[in-house]
Amino acid sequence: MNALARLGRAVLDALARLGRATRFLADTVLALPALARKPGLLVRQLYAVGVLTVLIVLISGLFVGMVLGLQGYNILVRFNSESSLGVMVGLSLVRELGPVVTALLFAGRAGSALTAEIGLMKATEQLSALEMMAVDPYREVMTPRLLAGFLAMPLLAALFSAVGVLGGHLVGVELLGVDAGAYWAQMRNAVDFYDDLLSGVVKSLVFGFVATWIAVFEGYDAVPTAEGVGRATTRSVVNASLAVLGLNFVLTAIMLNGE
Amino acid sequence: MSTRAVETAVGAFVAAGLAALFLLALKVSNLAEIGGGDGYRVEGWFENIGGLQVRAPVKASGVRVGRVAAIEYDDSHYQARVVLEIDRRYRFPVDTAASILTAGLLGEQYVGLEPGAEETYLEDGDRLAITESAMVLERLISQFLYSKAAGD
Repeated sequence: MNALARLGRAVLDALARLGRATRFLADTVLALPALARKPGLLVRQLYAVGVLTVLIVLISGLFVGMVLGLQGYNILVRFNSESSLGVMVGLSLVRELGPVVTALLFAGRAGSALTAEIGLMKATEQLSALEMMAVDPYREVMTPRLLAGFLAMPLLAALFSAVGVLGGHLVGVELLGVDAGAYWAQMRNAVDFYDDLLSGVVKSLVFGFVATWIAVFEGYDAVPTAEGVGRATTRSVVNASLAVLGLNFVLTAIMLNGE
Repeated sequence: MSTRAVETAVGAFVAAGLAALFLLALKVSNLAEIGGGDGYRVEGWFENIGGLQVRAPVKASGVRVGRVAAIEYDDSHYQARVVLEIDRRYRFPVDTAASILTAGLLGEQYVGLEPGAEETYLEDGDRLAITESAMVLERLISQFLYSKAAGD
């Protein structure tokens, strides 16, 4: 009987959280028009979630591209088709690795910071103080962050893929001697603008939205203690990563079916 | 950090992100070759198209002149109907022959055009009279084995 009650409570808790998250999202989106009058808030958040994440994204992208070049070359050279290296590097970066790895890095670098910041704001009653001064905390805190994450993710993913393709070029062409013309021409032949590139951009938009939503909500929903904020930060990264990986499968299945 | 420095950094970030998207679109994907569908369409019936796919290149003398726009099975001819979209810059005589070729031994398949000698040129909606099917490896091998057996 006790176990049954525990199960019931867990389900009810989860449902309540889902409801709170949805209401939170609705309130955040409703504050969008108000944000238009203070674009400076958005710029500052774009700096925090976008600019500060660029470095880790660039470095990761370069190394992922280089490893793809190395691994791809070693496999393809067995079939004498190392000229297809560009296809392999380009497609895997643009379709999958670019959006997904960037989203995971984004959740770890920017998402955790967002959760900790908002959680601490709540713990130190800054959010209540804003309300006391008749300043809408959604317009001031939540909406700029959500919008900034949504806008920054596709740009970060594009940077990741671009640097990765250059990394593949560096290892494949410069180091291992694949023909540069074959690398780029075969890649251009195989990567379709609509089916591959745009679907990657759509993925990164979805991931950016979901990861930021989870990060901001976890901060807002944190238990306002030092421990609570710590837990919320962990939960934010774990949940955002799982959501990104799960959604990636769903989106890929939909996109491949649509072809 | 001053507002101005933040704004500059964000501006640089957005510009770099858009530049990366631009690079991906032009250098990595085939956007530059799509060209907004400003070609004319001709169709041809093939016995067997092998592994030909929509958007495969159409080449003449090895130069890309268009792409495969559509493939469907036509049960009135019991053949495959292939629609080719050819760039407006190029014109081909009406007796041009189309054959399905393979780039390399295992490469992708494409449609090769062999211009004929007529004075009139193909126009939108025209039909290619001379077509040659894809080479099917299994059939080649069986023919080879059959001729071998017959020869012995």
